[in-house]
Amino acid sequence: MKLHEYQSKLIFAKYGIPIPKGRVAATPEEAKHIAEELGGRVVIKSQVLVGGRGKAGGIRLAKTSREAEEIAGQILAMEIKGLPVRKVLVDEAAAIGKEIYLGITNDRAAHKPVMMASMAGGVEIEEVARTTPELIIKVHIDPLLGLRDYQSRDIAYRIDLPREHWRIFGQIARGLWQAYLDSDATLAEINPLVITGDNRLLALDGKMVLDDNALFRHLDLAELRDLDVEAPSEVEARRYGLSFIKLDGSIGCMVNGAGLAMTTMDIIKLFGGEPANFLDIGGGASSEKVAAALRIILTDTNVKAVLFNVFGGITRGDEVARGILVALEEVKPQVPMIIRLVGTNAEEGLRMLANAKMITAETLADAARKSVAIVNGEAVA
Amino acid sequence: MSILVNKHTRLLVQGVTGNEGLFHTTQMVTYGTTVVAGITPGKGGEWVLDGKIPVFDSVKVACESTGANASIIFVPARFSADAIFEAADAGIPLIVCITEGIPVLDMMRVRNYLDQKGSRLVGPNCPGLLTPGEAKVGIIPGNIAISGNVGVVSRSGTLTYEVLYALKLVGMGVSTCVGIGGDPVNGTNFIDCLQMFEADPLTEKVVMIGEIGGTDEERAAEYIADHMTKPVVSFIAGQTAPPGKRMGHAGAIIEGGAGTAAEKVKALQAAGVKVASHPEEIPSLL
Repeated sequence: MKLHEYQSKLIFAKYGIPIPKGRVAATPEEAKHIAEELGGRVVIKSQVLVGGRGKAGGIRLAKTSREAEEIAGQILAMEIKGLPVRKVLVDEAAAIGKEIYLGITNDRAAHKPVMMASMAGGVEIEEVARTTPELIIKVHIDPLLGLRDYQSRDIAYRIDLPREHWRIFGQIARGLWQAYLDSDATLAEINPLVITGDNRLLALDGKMVLDDNALFRHLDLAELRDLDVEAPSEVEARRYGLSFIKLDGSIGCMVNGAGLAMTTMDIIKLFGGEPANFLDIGGGASSEKVAAALRIILTDTNVKAVLFNVFGGITRGDEVARGILVALEEVKPQVPMIIRLVGTNAEEGLRMLANAKMITAETLADAARKSVAIVNGEAVA
Repeated sequence: MSILVNKHTRLLVQGVTGNEGLFHTTQMVTYGTTVVAGITPGKGGEWVLDGKIPVFDSVKVACESTGANASIIFVPARFSADAIFEAADAGIPLIVCITEGIPVLDMMRVRNYLDQKGSRLVGPNCPGLLTPGEAKVGIIPGNIAISGNVGVVSRSGTLTYEVLYALKLVGMGVSTCVGIGGDPVNGTNFIDCLQMFEADPLTEKVVMIGEIGGTDEERAAEYIADHMTKPVVSFIAGQTAPPGKRMGHAGAIIEGGAGTAAEKVKALQAAGVKVASHPEEIPSLL
């Protein structure tokens, strides 16, 4: 789950990381008040969960509170990469000397978090990573020990940070690590961490991504979720414990297991079709889950056929069949449906579905071929 | 022959009295696995499966009483890291964790601790292991694989079943199938399994099932090129997955262009691995 800039920075501030004075506003009037409090010169920053806000015109400087009101009004009316701007952050404008990058993420291969820093921070950091990776210093953090003070000194030394800033840099690095750890983050990033004109370190931007699997122990953070970034069908799916991602094709897929669901999408494409979604009904799927999944798939009007691919293990074929029957009764779908059911209690499941007018397939390849033929308007036995 | 589990495996089940734990313990015993005890804190002294399997409060006590040499974990995600630490501290050499949804920071602590302890973890978020005809330590349906000379290692669950089933349909048998799980940080990786299959006299060829995300397949490809004499056939799931989206498994996400199916396929082919375009093509490539 991604956090907005203002949410991330508020967390950072709690951990002793200096951030600019500022507040979030939902209306131009609020933005004006905040700008007045801050003395007029402010930066208005759109709060949307995509990169490239600045380049899209979603971050602008205002010299007076009147101008802040006007610019906030314009930005609040924008859509950036398809996402509506519902809030803006109004921050005091800072004179920027140097831009540092400081971030933590998980290094899967090393099984450890890794702290990364560079004096070449700012909007081009990804370009820096691609073309001059040696300018980015990486230090692994032992998850059992945490970040050691010597490690942050080592980073400061290796990025050539002037010595006078080492103490505060150490405090910021420690704060960032603690925020990362305490929030179960998978990314915590300050870009840029600036050296201001009056020679202070200040976190101008902040970004955090949290581990969805750990939200059970961060109910306060879980409430910060922004539903705008997800399709309504994805939000609905999460309510039922389904893993669902909407795609642009015409063949709806309902599969048990993530790997098999991806494989089902792949094989549809291999035979010339396009999947309409990724959907994993999970292990031991109940009939309510199956019914919910079918409803969600069929809300997409692009769907011209639905392919069920279920390999029974924990999930029982008869249970899935029962769910399909319940769903058919309720949804009364107008599109053809193809089913491939094997494994635990598959025969019983197929017997239950005998009158449901579904097209059956023996193998996954067979099921994919039939689905593609159907959306292409060919007759299928 | 086989790797990791066989007829000498003496298994503990952590979380034996839960729904999943009890169901799969029954399945494993029916398959012929020697399950020597179960663990549920607070229920020590009880029995499950009609008095056949004793329940203990702690892994340590269960271990001392039964001589267990492996443990399987079915406890909920929020308690799983603790269950793994407990098994490792009791000196269990093989720990299999089926649970899905464990926080990644928990898994990093577990992994760094286990690296110092000498216990092997398989999983989490995995279907476990199956050595056909000898032992099933996990949730893979027992009837979809027959004994033979193909070693199978996979990051996926039901996709693994699909592959086992495709092998069985053409009469090909399996030495051991290891589901290593789809999480970003796990215990045993592809290379560990390839190494064991290479050393196992009765494994003659290997099937490796990967998916998008991470770079485990790429590193496995390097290992295969340098160390494997036995043929390896592979399949990579997620060729059509859009970048930046989480495909159910925490591990199956493409970040910043790394870990795409195309890159993995390229690396594997360069290492001399035949890559199937879909699971049912695997038997013909073996």
